[in-house]
Amino acid sequence: MRSRSSRRDREAELVAFYGKEFASRLLIGTAGYPSPAIMQDAVRASGAEIVTVSLRRESAGGRMGNAFWSLIWELGVTVLPNTAGCRSVREAVTTAQLARELFDTPWIKLEVIGDEETLQPEVVGLVEAAAILVKDGFEVFAYCTEDLTVALRLRDAGCRVIMPWAAPIGSARGVLNRDALKLLRARMPDATLVVDAGLGAPSHAADALELGYDAVLLNTAIAKASDPVGMARAFRLAVEAGRLAYESGLMGPRDFASPSTPVVGTPFWHAVS
Amino acid sequence: MHVIVNGERTEIAATDLNGLLGELDYENTHVVIAVNYHVVPRARWGETELSSGDEIEIVTPRQGG
Repeated sequence: MRSRSSRRDREAELVAFYGKEFASRLLIGTAGYPSPAIMQDAVRASGAEIVTVSLRRESAGGRMGNAFWSLIWELGVTVLPNTAGCRSVREAVTTAQLARELFDTPWIKLEVIGDEETLQPEVVGLVEAAAILVKDGFEVFAYCTEDLTVALRLRDAGCRVIMPWAAPIGSARGVLNRDALKLLRARMPDATLVVDAGLGAPSHAADALELGYDAVLLNTAIAKASDPVGMARAFRLAVEAGRLAYESGLMGPRDFASPSTPVVGTPFWHAVS
Repeated sequence: MHVIVNGERTEIAATDLNGLLGELDYENTHVVIAVNYHVVPRARWGETELSSGDEIEIVTPRQGG
């Protein structure tokens, strides 16, 4: 259990990713918004200080990249490039190296996808790619399943940020395997743990923070809302609430009722002799 | 000679990366390039000779989750 000192006595705890500290525990993606302007407004409303971006082929004569670069630059946020869509170690490693060249950052959200239907991480290749990239100087944010041994291997490979899914990407189902996520948190107290993917509602994000996760990363739940800017703000509040709840110490569940109103002095109460 | 540019077989007269970018009308300043899965830093585009069949990826920042 973390510090129990009163929230009023101190500022909110910062979250650190590879030694860089941030106030916001919400990382958001930049894809799928109704317009570039709404994307920017949603990022601002979310309070996120880190956004994810991808690398895609540029067509001859195209200037898509320049336009997108300007949008992100205007936000003044920290960029976390991803290797989304990569299906092999070689693709992921080269994409990470391209991202480093383009964005001038050692950070990479490492995805190696192993299944088209579920977009489930291919964890064997993931660990292999992570080891290669760490040796090459990268600071890897590893997108993985909730499997404990995979997370431990990633840690052993040098990953200090581990990002298990809550549910498949874009599924909006929230935390499916609560016990496994709790186990990860308990067994990896020093890792920065981020729930990435599968969150559909602000309550799902609060759930992850209440479990002691350091942050959440999401995209679709905000981008595809009727009002992405409103939803971004809702997620911001939920993440703050979830973290504050965790820091304040949640009560544990119990099997039976426990009266909240004091029993002593109840009118018409008679002790059984 | 022919090379593969972003997955498409392409006939070019250029013999190095800078020449290829000019020939194919790439003006984008925010692109990075890999040749046969090896990143080629911008400073070396002019001196990077191409060979027939090379696989060239020209990529740029884009929306992502």
